[in-house]
Amino acid sequence: MVDTVEFNVLEHELVPEHYLVTKEEADKVLKSMKITMDQLPKIRRSDSCIRVLENIYGPIEEGRIVKIVRRSATAETFVAYRLVIRG
Amino acid sequence: MMRGVSKRIGSVRFACLSPDEIRRMSATKIITADTYDDDGFPIDMGLMDPHLGVIEPGLRCKTCGHKVDECPGHFGHIDLAMPVIHVGFVKEIKKLLQSTCRSCGRLLLTEEQAKEYKEAMEMVEEMGGDTMDVRLVSKETAKDAASRPICPHCGAEQLKITLDKPTTFREDGHKLTPKEVRERLERIPDEDLVPLGIDPKACRPEWMVLTALPVPPVTVRPSITLESGDRSEDDLTHKLVDVLRINQRLRENRDAGAPQLIVEDLWELLQYHVTTYFDNQTSGIPPARHRSGRPLKTLVQRLKGKEGRFRSNLSGKRVNFSARTVISPDPGLSINEVGVPYEAARELTLPVYATKSNIGILKGMVKRGPNPVGDKYLPGVNYVIRPDGRRIRVTEKNAESVAETVEIGFIVERHLMDNDIVLFNRQPSLHRMSMMAHSVRVMPWKTFRLNLCVCPPYNADFDGDEMNLHVLQSDEARAEALILMKVQEHILSPRFGGPVIGAIHDHITGCFLLTHRDSKFTRGETLFMLSRVVHRELPPPVEIDGVKYWTGKQLFSLVLPDDFRITFRASICRKCPECQKEKCDLDAYVRIRKGDLLYGTIDEKAIGAFKGKIVDKLARDYGSETAKNVIDNLTRLAIGAIMVRGFTTGIDDEDIPEEARRQIEDVLQDAAKKVDDLVAAYREGILEQLPGRSLEETLEVEVMKVLGRARDEAGQIAGRHLGLENSAVIMARSGARGSMLNLSQMAGCIGQQAVRGERLSRGYWNRTLPHFRKGDLGAQARGFVTNSYKSGLTPTEFFFHSMGGREGLVDTAVRTSRSGYMQRRLINALEDLKLKQDGTVRNTADMVVQFKYGEDGVDPCRSVQGDAVDVDDLLVEVLGDEAELLAKIEEKKLAGYATIEKDLMETEDEEEFEEPEFEGGGEE
Repeated sequence: MVDTVEFNVLEHELVPEHYLVTKEEADKVLKSMKITMDQLPKIRRSDSCIRVLENIYGPIEEGRIVKIVRRSATAETFVAYRLVIRG
Repeated sequence: MMRGVSKRIGSVRFACLSPDEIRRMSATKIITADTYDDDGFPIDMGLMDPHLGVIEPGLRCKTCGHKVDECPGHFGHIDLAMPVIHVGFVKEIKKLLQSTCRSCGRLLLTEEQAKEYKEAMEMVEEMGGDTMDVRLVSKETAKDAASRPICPHCGAEQLKITLDKPTTFREDGHKLTPKEVRERLERIPDEDLVPLGIDPKACRPEWMVLTALPVPPVTVRPSITLESGDRSEDDLTHKLVDVLRINQRLRENRDAGAPQLIVEDLWELLQYHVTTYFDNQTSGIPPARHRSGRPLKTLVQRLKGKEGRFRSNLSGKRVNFSARTVISPDPGLSINEVGVPYEAARELTLPVYATKSNIGILKGMVKRGPNPVGDKYLPGVNYVIRPDGRRIRVTEKNAESVAETVEIGFIVERHLMDNDIVLFNRQPSLHRMSMMAHSVRVMPWKTFRLNLCVCPPYNADFDGDEMNLHVLQSDEARAEALILMKVQEHILSPRFGGPVIGAIHDHITGCFLLTHRDSKFTRGETLFMLSRVVHRELPPPVEIDGVKYWTGKQLFSLVLPDDFRITFRASICRKCPECQKEKCDLDAYVRIRKGDLLYGTIDEKAIGAFKGKIVDKLARDYGSETAKNVIDNLTRLAIGAIMVRGFTTGIDDEDIPEEARRQIEDVLQDAAKKVDDLVAAYREGILEQLPGRSLEETLEVEVMKVLGRARDEAGQIAGRHLGLENSAVIMARSGARGSMLNLSQMAGCIGQQAVRGERLSRGYWNRTLPHFRKGDLGAQARGFVTNSYKSGLTPTEFFFHSMGGREGLVDTAVRTSRSGYMQRRLINALEDLKLKQDGTVRNTADMVVQFKYGEDGVDPCRSVQGDAVDVDDLLVEVLGDEAELLAKIEEKKLAGYATIEKDLMETEDEEEFEEPEFEGGGEE
């Protein structure tokens, strides 16, 4: 496993945009969708995208939420949220 | 009958049985390996002990006192002389032995480390992790603990524990007996189990080493009495006999103080029998066999795989109120209908609750009994259910008297009759259109009848296909089927947002004959065609020489809604660079205004399944009911037209003039010559090499090019002499069946045979067949077939053709099996997904899988070839013809997925292209 991020995967054209969501905003998002944190799809802390984000924001602990903006064949752009989990 | 929910299951928990529990739930201890005594009575404390339940009718269970179907059966137990490892748990045992101390039994982690892992596990659960995620953490814990060489609690040095598959544990090479293993597991304290993912209340680790073996009730392993009076025991009983016998010998030897070696051998034998009793396919040991040599079917085999309990008895079951028979076509039926034979209708029943308003009718039905006589089919009754739940069989004898007793509140199981809603299904059920709701038409003869337009969604043909029919038993089910599952609701497919139901084969030919150019029909012909069609008022006829004629276009217009409008180009369109529109000399420009077909020919592009633009627009803009009516009428009209005109095809449809034959021969000879030249050039080394290819490859590419061109040219020459007056050409051009490529192979030249996309080369040494010289690279020697299907193939050509054909067969066989497996995996992964009311896609655990269905929230069924809105169509609707000119919308993008896929196949690999859509089931 590579510990230092040598390559910024987020710059790759096939990797969608990842943003760290602030805790207040996360609450808002969850409230608007009427779901709880554990119902979100997951992303591992060891995911290369999270590691890149950690380079910017510092360590991202479990329970934080990332926003992913992806290109979609049907909806052009689509926003999804993922919960950062252990691993 | 119990209505409503009296108790709700909150959760289900699985746990291990402790030896204590096994003994407590046991009805009797089993000690003898004998089953029955000489008189045929079960021996007490034997494997067939009457305490274990009853299988013979008339007897009573000695434990609960109930009779055959009332007694559920009771477990017994065997006390094992020595403990034995349970094969199902070896992995867990290994994990536990490796991660705990050999002397003090504690987890090989400090308190803090253990606490950390425990917290991590709680965190995972809090974040909505499932059992798999929890297991992952416990695995990590175990791995960490196993890597510690010294116990942090007592300081003992740890030795390496290995597993000798399937059930032998070794510590630094020394065997650990199950007894030692059990002792070690007993030492592990409860609190150290939690970080390893084990709930000590549900399962103490030492329970994974068996000291008592549960014996399943006899109802689980019934013995069968053969005609000769001999008893044949179940495989499980056989295995238990083995266990008991060895257990007995082991105990005797041990108690008699036999040498250690003998005891150990017997112990291992007992382990073998217990292991195979659980799983007879454990790798590393030979499967236990029956006397005949057949491997025994033990516990795991009963559950696992396609024929196991889960897949064949729980996920899928045999059902009542269903029927299966051969299908055959009936163009007179609506697409919503299914013809059911009398015989089937008399067996299939549906329950009707007697009320004040229907009791008279019901009494009449009951009176008719199970086999009403008379020419007209009238529903009878097979059973009457009284309010107390008793079922009364109605027979011819008691029909009258039972009818008298019927009162409000009775349930009458009456026969199927016209307009009942049933489900109709053909396997393989690959998509939702494989099971649709039809309304019943009871008919004579013995096959299910269906409208031809529903063949494509079921992928059915009539070469012996059978289909299943299910009668819905409740009002809720019927309502749901009627609204969601009716055939007419499935005209538009969710696969590509276009129609899957539409005209096929003769319907298309019929419509072509009806509408092509200025076909005319006399009054008699017209009335014959319209006799089965529900239509608008007949338009004024055209009069020629005093005879009244109706044009085919007029007749076709009759079945369309009167405000229908559409413009497109038909299948026969040659795609000229500059479209002549209305003046098209092929009559391929279709224009419909106010429900009148003004110009153009109706063919596959208009009404066909998958491609039909008219069907598509009708279903989308006018609703399923209108679409259904139009399809029904249209197909009947088409059948009428084809019958009036008469239509046949034969081998003489591929006749071409001698002149053309000679031309084709010349072309092929030229090509052969060119190939020879290329080969010569290659031999001399003057062939110009293509970039990125070897000299050999270059030759192959050039040769293929030349021969491909020759075949096309031969086809074109043949095609010139096959005009639209030719039946085979009509079918190919209108899209009814076959392609022009098929025709040119029949009339012109079959062309190059290929295996793996290359010319044939394998077989003999440096040649394909001994008929050719070694190293011959010419056209004939490498599988070019100059003959046509009609002229007949030479023996060598025939052989080459078989080689090419075989590859195709193998490919389809491999493809179907592989895609079937893929489909199964996909369905298993996606089956619990559900679209919630807030637009999200969730699974049964209520986790979000997709934040918006399809990311755009569009139902693909209602999409236009996948797009949410068809802007062009909207413009035309608002602005009329003007928009067509303004926006240059002459035609929408080519129809859906199916067409694009097919077009690609037709243009890109014309080689040996076979239509995949309706290939027969019978011959494959």
